Amino acid sequence: MSGAKGFGQRLYRGEVSYDFVGRWRRWYILSAIILIVSIGALGFRGLNLGIEFRGGADFAIPNATCSVVDARAVAEAETGGQTIVTVASSGTMRVQTIPLTSAESIAVADSLGEACGVTGSEITVQVVGPTWGSEISAKALQGLVIFLALVTIFLVVYFEWRMAVGALVALLHDLVITIGIYALVGLEVTPATAIGVLTILAYSLYDTVVVYDKVKENTRGIYGQSVMTYDEAANLAVNQTVVRSINTSFTSLLPVLAIITVGAGLLGAGTLLDLAVALAIGMAVGTYSSLFIATPVLAQLKRRQPETKSLASRVKARRKQALKQAKDSAQAKAGNGGVEQGDDGDSPAEPDPEPVGSASPEQIREYARVQSGDRKQPKRQSRRKRR
Amino acid sequence: MAPPATSRPGRLLIALVVLLIAGIAWAFWPNTASDVRLGLDLQGGTQVILVPKPVVEGAEITEEQLGQTVEIIRARVDGLGVAEAEVTTQGSGSGAAIVVAVPGLGQDRVVELVQRTALLNFRPVWNILGPQPVDASETDAPETGAPDEADPSQNDETQADPQAADGGADNDSADTESGDGDAAADNGGARSAEIVQADSYTPGFQTEVDSLDCLDPVNLAGGTPDNPEQWLGACDQNGLSKYVMEPAFIQGVSVTDANAQLTQQGIGWVVTLEFDSEGARALADASTELSSLPECGTGASPCNAFAIVLDGVVVSAPRFNEPIIGGQAQIEGDFNATEARDLANVLKYGALPVTLDVVDITSVSATVGGDQLRAGIIAGLIGLGVVSLYLLLYYRVLGLVAVLSLAVAAGLLYLFVVIFSKTIGLTLTLAGVAGAIVAVGITADSFIVYFERIRDELRDGRSLRQACDSGWVRARRTLLAADFVTLLAAVVLYFLSIGSVRGFAFILGLTTVIDLIIAFWFTHPVVVLLGRMRFMHGGSKWSGLDPERLGGNSAVESLSGRSRRKRRDDYRDAKAQFGTDATDSTDQGQEVRS
Repeated sequence: MSGAKGFGQRLYRGEVSYDFVGRWRRWYILSAIILIVSIGALGFRGLNLGIEFRGGADFAIPNATCSVVDARAVAEAETGGQTIVTVASSGTMRVQTIPLTSAESIAVADSLGEACGVTGSEITVQVVGPTWGSEISAKALQGLVIFLALVTIFLVVYFEWRMAVGALVALLHDLVITIGIYALVGLEVTPATAIGVLTILAYSLYDTVVVYDKVKENTRGIYGQSVMTYDEAANLAVNQTVVRSINTSFTSLLPVLAIITVGAGLLGAGTLLDLAVALAIGMAVGTYSSLFIATPVLAQLKRRQPETKSLASRVKARRKQALKQAKDSAQAKAGNGGVEQGDDGDSPAEPDPEPVGSASPEQIREYARVQSGDRKQPKRQSRRKRR
Repeated sequence: MAPPATSRPGRLLIALVVLLIAGIAWAFWPNTASDVRLGLDLQGGTQVILVPKPVVEGAEITEEQLGQTVEIIRARVDGLGVAEAEVTTQGSGSGAAIVVAVPGLGQDRVVELVQRTALLNFRPVWNILGPQPVDASETDAPETGAPDEADPSQNDETQADPQAADGGADNDSADTESGDGDAAADNGGARSAEIVQADSYTPGFQTEVDSLDCLDPVNLAGGTPDNPEQWLGACDQNGLSKYVMEPAFIQGVSVTDANAQLTQQGIGWVVTLEFDSEGARALADASTELSSLPECGTGASPCNAFAIVLDGVVVSAPRFNEPIIGGQAQIEGDFNATEARDLANVLKYGALPVTLDVVDITSVSATVGGDQLRAGIIAGLIGLGVVSLYLLLYYRVLGLVAVLSLAVAAGLLYLFVVIFSKTIGLTLTLAGVAGAIVAVGITADSFIVYFERIRDELRDGRSLRQACDSGWVRARRTLLAADFVTLLAAVVLYFLSIGSVRGFAFILGLTTVIDLIIAFWFTHPVVVLLGRMRFMHGGSKWSGLDPERLGGNSAVESLSGRSRRKRRDDYRDAKAQFGTDATDSTDQGQEVRS
């Protein structure tokens, strides 16, 4: 907590390290609450399925001059079924009716056009058979399963099975929360939404792969040293990629927000808007899960591994020893070395991390940087410049 | 030490430029169509999605049946005369869907066209005429053909007046040229085959038949169901002759089976037919009567052939050699295997080998289509602009590289879309536009990953030149892994989905590939070249790599330098303490990295 600078700035400068891995309980509880709410919403409210999924006809009337009541009356008189009428900010009126045949839909379009002051051919009509939705859904589900199977194989081969599990947990997390938000808010689910959700899967995995790749890099040869535990190395990786994660979230969300703005302003409901809303929700959740869920889950799985356990105890032992040495050498430092305490960069200074074995020097330096706040030990002056 | 592929950045750039020029030259070669094909949601029109169901419950739909269905629908849609109408299949087997997209046409016409099961009628032939429209005065001389074959020989009679002379039209015949006002008005006259029908044979009817132009391709495409109760004048499907036919004696529903078979001699093909009991009786009567008549083409009317008429077009006109009793017939002719199979299929399935469920109709007016396209372009530009601004503010000169890369990526995407429009008939839909906009973020991400890596390397005290290279080696791996996942998603989506999802998946996959091309061939070489410039080494604020932004304490400039030095020193302290050789560790570090 050095000074009054904004959190982002300090994070950006690498002065701040957040203990993503160590504080897993907090994030698990938060996610659990959101997940429970999502599942609850899904269970109690259900999804507001668009006509593509339940069958029906949709008429979009541009520049409609009739009132909602009029339009509904016309459509209901024509179809004899329940009709939903909505008006978008762009002035386009949407009339959704029960399933119709092609001929019926033309008749309804003509009547609506007559009532609303536009010609029938100006009206955008979509007629969907009642079984179509289940076919799209089945397709989407089939695609999902195949995609997940392939991605799991890739992750297991490229990383390891624990990372595959972590990535899939994060993915499922994103999926459930996105769908939950749809249920909670009552947003309409259309095929465009389904596209959005499938894209979220790719996006969430993409994010997780970037973080895991750093974890993989940081933990290569980690069992050959006793400076840093797996948790610490993983946490370091998350911290090192956090600027990238934030920047990427911005650059990904900005175009999506542009779609939402333009879509809502110019078009009213439609493919673009549906897609963008799903993406915006999913991207936000995806960024969150890649930071707060994916890596902690991985670290927890890793903790069960004997090598990781013995590494943790070795690190502990070494730190104790170092602390002793430090005291002996009467240097002003207070060591604690605990994994959970390395937060926010202002914890008491660490003992010097010692590079041993095959730990990469960069890891050690990064480790030192992240773990150390203000050092109190005397410095040897170096003239070395950056380049 | 020096990572591969970065030693000659100029070459990569030149390679990219050469490829770009080649691509542009090919895509925009003069006198070829080089527009992006727009989907119906962007230009207006009707799209109908049909799910084929087997005629027999529980049967499987074969690829062959699917292909035939598409061919038949395509023939009908082409008959509309609409440019760029499209019939495609998506998916395969029982999950397949047929997507019919007709630009600029209302749904009524399109749905009617594709959903109708074609009508098959068997009619006794009255006489056979030449294909040209004939002046009314010459109509009494019936033209000759070779009606005993599916493919009547070319009629070489010349007609005095090729113009259609519509004489006495005051009979009760119904000129059934279809295509209602609405639909035809949209694109200037989409229509289906012209046929002439009448309740009885009258001179007026004959006159109208005479004026029928069987050289007009529209009249050969079918699509106009004929009324089996009436007389019919219609064209042969090859445009070789024109038939005058009596009311039907058997309708298509009476055909229970039809197969293409080799003749017993093993030379040539025949089509065997089986009829139900009603059909068998009608066939027996008709064949008894017709086989005693004179041959067609000799000027006699009526003559001894019968015509198989599908949707207002004569597909075959075999001659009766003898009375056929028992409901089993065989059509002999000069068939090759394909012709025989086609005829058998037509006879067996009426028209379509499957029944089609219309599951989705989307009809978009041209205005709305234009609005959607405009909105998509505006959203894309805004997205691109905002992201560019963000990258510039954050990464300064590096941001400029990123913005340039985005611009090149956008150009490349356009180029690829044009190329794929040309080659595989890609159409850009609204979902595709959305995919492209979403891709802006994903493409920008690869620059961010790279730039952050460079910064990491700089923070580690590497020189800028080294950082550009070693940062790339690590970023490259991350990019490949992450983009692979996106590509995987795109490919799976593309092959398993139907409708708009496919367009989205295609663009998503395309942009992922472009992302990699740009990162490898543009962004990285440019960054490496930049890294050699003096300006970037100065730590200027505008470089995006100034010490202040790289993680030092901004309060005192020197402090930032100190903190970095401090880190190095810590490391050296540590090394001293544990006796690790400095160079050794550094080498290990390199090794780990690559």
